[in-house]
Amino acid sequence: MVSASPSSQASSRAASQAAPRGQTLLLDGITQRYGQSVAVNDVTLDIRGGELVALLGPSGCGKTTLLRIIAGFLAQTKGHVIVGGETVDGLPPNRRSVGIVFQNYALFPHMTVAENVAYGLDARGADRATQRAEAQRMLDLVKLGHLGDRYPRQLSGGQQQRVALARALAVNPSILLLDEPFAALDKNLRLDMQIEVKRIQRLSGITTILVTHDQEEALSMADRVAVLSQGRLEQFSPPTQIYDAPDSLFVNTFVGSANLLGGVLVDFDRGGGRVRLDAGGLIETRAPKGDLLPGARVTVCLRPEHLRVDPGAEGVETLNGVVEMGLPLGATVVHEIRVGDGSAVKVAEPRLERGLLLAPGTPVRLAPVAPRLASVFAAA
Amino acid sequence: MAAALRNVTTYDLKLAAPLALGFVVFFITPLVILLALSFQADPQGSHYGLTQYVNFLGDRFSLGVLGSTLWLGVKVTALTLLLGYPVAWLHQRAPSWAKGTIMLLVLLPLLTSVVVRTFAWVVILGRQGIVNASLAGLGLIDTPLKLLYTESGVVIALAQVQMPLMVLPLITALSRIDPNLADASSVLGSGHWRTFRKVILPLSLPGIVAGCLLTYAAAITAFITQSLIGGGQMLFMPMYIYQQASTLQNWPFAAAISIVFLVAVLVVVSIFNALGRLSRGYTNA
Ligand SMILES: Nc1ncnc2c1ncn2[C@@H]1O[C@H](COP(=O)(O)OP(=O)(O)OP(=O)(O)O)[C@@H](O)[C@H]1O
Ligand SMILES: [Mg+2]
Repeated sequence: MVSASPSSQASSRAASQAAPRGQTLLLDGITQRYGQSVAVNDVTLDIRGGELVALLGPSGCGKTTLLRIIAGFLAQTKGHVIVGGETVDGLPPNRRSVGIVFQNYALFPHMTVAENVAYGLDARGADRATQRAEAQRMLDLVKLGHLGDRYPRQLSGGQQQRVALARALAVNPSILLLDEPFAALDKNLRLDMQIEVKRIQRLSGITTILVTHDQEEALSMADRVAVLSQGRLEQFSPPTQIYDAPDSLFVNTFVGSANLLGGVLVDFDRGGGRVRLDAGGLIETRAPKGDLLPGARVTVCLRPEHLRVDPGAEGVETLNGVVEMGLPLGATVVHEIRVGDGSAVKVAEPRLERGLLLAPGTPVRLAPVAPRLASVFAAA
Repeated sequence: MAAALRNVTTYDLKLAAPLALGFVVFFITPLVILLALSFQADPQGSHYGLTQYVNFLGDRFSLGVLGSTLWLGVKVTALTLLLGYPVAWLHQRAPSWAKGTIMLLVLLPLLTSVVVRTFAWVVILGRQGIVNASLAGLGLIDTPLKLLYTESGVVIALAQVQMPLMVLPLITALSRIDPNLADASSVLGSGHWRTFRKVILPLSLPGIVAGCLLTYAAAITAFITQSLIGGGQMLFMPMYIYQQASTLQNWPFAAAISIVFLVAVLVVVSIFNALGRLSRGYTNA
């Protein structure tokens, strides 16, 4: 089996300290069917060496399925997985050089922490001394060097997760897969571990795929975020672009919060467009997505921080409304405004600028803080 | 709420009382009587002593029966484990629709009387039985093989009869193993065999121990199967005790060998139990 690989190779690998070693990963038109249903639909991702990519999407959108295909647990119905320029489609998991941290960590309960970490090296035929040294080095990396003799059940959740990470990294994989690795941790610990994982990933330069349905996690940790919905890739961009320039209505509403307003597209060029809102007013937007012609029904997405509330000053070509409620949320103030067509619009402003909360019933005018922030999509 | 919970625990003990009473009346008391009986020096009970035990332990024939019975249990347990583990493994890996079928096949023997099952083996193993008829029909043998009334026959029949006792605990143990562990093992570079040896097998040890314990206890005390398949030539402890008590009316000796048998079984059981506790120690994560 795999233990046929010579121990000298393992020890020389172990000797080469963590140098940037990211392999490129190309998912080429991956489709996965379960009977009639399609779990992953023609997903293509071109991931650079050393990149940290987050797979973000709601439950059941195919994130785990995609991960299992990369790891080789599942043979995809269509498409190719290409690591470092070579297709690995025919290879079983034990020949793919992939490291994986499961959501429940999946540590071997009958082995000590050190034995867990050394497991992969042992499978590769490394000698005892190498195994011990390398396991210790990995445990030091995740700051658990003193706990090698414990059993997994004697560790806290965060410590178990670090062991899982050390175990995955010990075999020097070319790709690291993390399946919702922080889901089971409480909030403070989660932040610590996110920083920790990011640090280790930077240090080792390993190409990493992080599966999550937590948008903050995806936006804060990843170099690029792939948003999936119902098995389809919606957008694959850097976090700021996902947030500021979403490609689809789904991405706009799934990432961050958004006010959706109906309207009619008046005109547009490559730089931006203008939409007459049903609720009243003309608004300057980003260039509309998709094949839209002037006169088309559209949905405008305005993030709460894209708007400003001007009390009293009602105008003709403006979006007018009445304050329903005001909430002071620490650094920001959020107002809910009932606008002309009856829909509620949330507006978030820095509290220092806003000053006083507006009383319910106050008539107000809503104005964008800057032109061309809103996104426009064909009406759903 | 808290009061209600406390009440439940107190009721629990009371609810166990009928069973405890039954246990004392129908198990502890006869056992004490048996023990007393075993110290009678002669069937008339004129005086007491260790005579019966001395007789048993000094008699090579009796010791031989004890030895072969304990050894029979080992062989049956080993064979059951060897055949049962793959069945449990198959059940674990099967899609859910097949699981029901496999479970039914495993449980089926329990739904028929042990006498019926044993007679089925008589039919299968006999001189004109299914095995011999098939082999002869294929021209592989001229004279029928002797299968019935041999120890191998007893071992095979007992293994089949006791199979559920082995497979059920194994299924339980295997289904408790997180499927991600096998995936983790393979992604770390292990092939199927290494994953089995290093992860699945050690983690299923509690099931192995429990299954072996049940099978062993059932196999060495299986009076009907031992006697019907073994026939007159082979003597095991249950039949030996029966002969002494019923046929020879030597109740004190029968009681004494029962006690010896009981102690021997208890020793084996406590060894299994110790192993079980060891294996559970590290699998309870
Ligand atoms: N073995 C299977 N057989 C049939 N359908 C499956 C199987 N595994 C997954 N699916 C389906 O495929 C789709 C994608 O599942 P997947 O587990 O990849 O989702 P996910 O994005 O990881 O969701 P979550 O965030 O809840 O973990 C789901 O609709 C699911 O029901
Ligand atoms: Mg999942």
